[in-house]
Amino acid sequence: MATSVIDRAPAAHAPEYTGIMSWIKTVDHKRIGILYGSTAFLFFLIGGIEALFMRIQLMKPDNTFVSAETFNALFTMHGTTMIFLGIMPLSAMFFNYFIPLQIGARDVAFPRLNAFSYWVFLLGGLFINFSWLINAAPNAGWFGYANLTERPYSPGLNTDFWVLGLQILGIASVAAAINFFVTIVNLRAPGMKMLRMPMFVWMSFITQILLLLAFPVITIALVFLMMDRHFGTAFFLPDGGGDPIMWQHLFWIFGHPEVYILILPAFGIVSEVLPVFSRKPLFGYTAMVFSGAFIAFLGFGVWSHHMFSTGMGPFADSFFALSTMLIAVPTGVKIFNWIGTLWGGSLQMKTPLYFAVGMVAMFIVGGLSGVMHASPPADLQQTDSYFVVAHFHYVLFGGSIFGLSAGAYYWFPKMFGRMLSEKLGKLHFWLMFLGFNITFFPMHFLGLNGMPRRVYTYPAELNFGFWNQVQTWGSLLLGVSFLVFIYNMWKTSRRPADAPADPWRGATLEWAIPSPPQEFNFADVPPVNSSTPLWDLRRASGGQLPEPQRVSGAGIHMPRPSIWPLVTAFGVLGVLGSILFTHAFHYWFLITLVGVATLFYGVYRWAFEPAF
Amino acid sequence: MSDAAAHAIEHHTSTGIDSRKVAIWTLIGSECLFFASLISMYLVYKGKSLVGPLPHAESQCMLHGHMQACEQIFEIPLVTFGTAVLLFSSFFVVLALYGAQKGDRKMLIRWLSMTVLCGLFFIGMQVYEFQHFYHKGLGYSTNLFGSTFYTLTGFHGSHVTVGVIWLSTLLVLAIRGKLPAEKSLNLEIAALYWHFVDVVWIVIFPVVYLMR
Repeated sequence: MATSVIDRAPAAHAPEYTGIMSWIKTVDHKRIGILYGSTAFLFFLIGGIEALFMRIQLMKPDNTFVSAETFNALFTMHGTTMIFLGIMPLSAMFFNYFIPLQIGARDVAFPRLNAFSYWVFLLGGLFINFSWLINAAPNAGWFGYANLTERPYSPGLNTDFWVLGLQILGIASVAAAINFFVTIVNLRAPGMKMLRMPMFVWMSFITQILLLLAFPVITIALVFLMMDRHFGTAFFLPDGGGDPIMWQHLFWIFGHPEVYILILPAFGIVSEVLPVFSRKPLFGYTAMVFSGAFIAFLGFGVWSHHMFSTGMGPFADSFFALSTMLIAVPTGVKIFNWIGTLWGGSLQMKTPLYFAVGMVAMFIVGGLSGVMHASPPADLQQTDSYFVVAHFHYVLFGGSIFGLSAGAYYWFPKMFGRMLSEKLGKLHFWLMFLGFNITFFPMHFLGLNGMPRRVYTYPAELNFGFWNQVQTWGSLLLGVSFLVFIYNMWKTSRRPADAPADPWRGATLEWAIPSPPQEFNFADVPPVNSSTPLWDLRRASGGQLPEPQRVSGAGIHMPRPSIWPLVTAFGVLGVLGSILFTHAFHYWFLITLVGVATLFYGVYRWAFEPAF
Repeated sequence: MSDAAAHAIEHHTSTGIDSRKVAIWTLIGSECLFFASLISMYLVYKGKSLVGPLPHAESQCMLHGHMQACEQIFEIPLVTFGTAVLLFSSFFVVLALYGAQKGDRKMLIRWLSMTVLCGLFFIGMQVYEFQHFYHKGLGYSTNLFGSTFYTLTGFHGSHVTVGVIWLSTLLVLAIRGKLPAEKSLNLEIAALYWHFVDVVWIVIFPVVYLMR
């Protein structure tokens, strides 16, 4: 192949691809990242509104704001949406945008597969939420316990939307995980050894491994449940010899690694933000890498701590209690190292640092309550109570959402070339911090006082009214904090692009190129001799780096846009969506065949189209 | 950095292994958990069927509308033969790949068609077996054995089918002369997938058919 010559002359004009088709056919990881982020943020707001409806219903005893049935749908869809359509794809936004930039790559390993992942995710999210429009929203809880989810107990389409929707989303996740795994293994810049990768890339890498190993298990579990519901089997039906507990095992073998899939990217982001805003390298880099890997490894050996109340016997209870408590050790290592990074640093009190420190603090609270219900006797008191709800909101909201917010403020200038307002950012932080703690801290008390989760109302005599009202006001404050965030983004988008390439004095490669980056990312990748290549450069040049110029970049081969990932994604939707109609329409399999045909057509056109 | 090094970002990889090859290994790693879940479910539900037919024993089952005795259902010799054919196909695809890498089109086409034929034979055997079981009274939802057996072997069979379609596509390319030596990696990746599907069967065969 001929050696390409890259044109480094200043860019005469920005060769911008615009118009709706350029987004539909895009294979650029940065654009796909923005698509992921904007879609996920919309789903996140929907999930938030569902939560606010629940909070308004629980505001006072014997309330009738929503019916019991609606309440069931609200908590099911809130959990499902926040996990699969909110936090996971918000993390995927950062994977997409920043893994290639941080490792100095042109794009991900398989740009079209990346587009495919996004489209499948979008269609899956729309599929699940479509159920609201026909009044059949999933209503059996986000972990869909059999045999409640079996046809005799959930006869409507509600659970089918949930089963098939998760199946579709799983395909998106696994395709994306393969892509990022290969990207990190194979497309690192010269000099970037594994132990020189930025910590966000490391935690993302571990997350992809978890996705690859955990999602096949829920895929199979969902297949079994689908067969039970549509094709007469009895995998989880005691009438036919099946065992509903098997669903719990399969679900949690997926479900526990899933919680690390939700938190590890946030750990990675915080590990990027803390060193940059402390002006010193991450404390204990290697320990951070291995503690992350150890958490992931242990994450596969603790699933039954979600099932203590099923009565597994003393041996299983002890094993899973001990393995669960063991996870506190590598997690403690991480927290120690984050504090060690801040210790003695020259702290830059900017919004990303606020959110990152908030994350560390809130995650400690959630982690401590987690260790409490690692003990089976304590868990039997706490399980299915608001104490558990408090715990997982402290790790998922206090951990993941605070971490992702830190990432949003940290990387917004890189993605959009504009600095978010610091004043509004700090207002967002304080409102969110207060709102979050007012909403979720009292849940500890309510749970220990015996308030069960997932009840749509409670009688006044139980004295749950006071804290519930406090929580509802707190949740409204949380809602306001996100309005401030949206206003901040809107206001910033109306200002001219002003962000320099490196507004925070970052340590990693993404700060070496203009903001926002050009389509080809790097005309030249800086040398990588440590995990902080940009700090090395800055030191070598006496503390100041020249502002990088936009160059024409002619001669760089970029992947060609393609429509076939979208077509293939519609094929996936057709195949799995057709199962909805098994009981409604005798010739439902004709829809499946159309789906299969579309899938094949898409895949063949994709395979035989030149990639560059 | 030189232009040659910039070029390297586009076409060379950190490990020196082509990204598509790393991707297929990654997929195989993920698929292991997929089949592990299916096999575990089969084993957990082994012997828990409430009615027959059963794989290795005579039992009571619903045939022609009333309960009656029915025989054990497995036909080990047929499946053993099918297993052997599938294993040989793994050997044949290695020969085909050798031909592709040498640029020996004749060898490539000969052994690739043999591989595809073996795959087709295996699918045919499975279709026959399923039909045969069905006539002996074992439907998909008859008992836990039927449900777990058909799901496990059916998923494996669909993997074989995907492999046959993939290898057939490459065979057509080879016949048209569009699979030269420098593109032999395309076949190597398909072959890795094919070997994996065979290896899974090596686990399924003893666990399902031989273990009592």
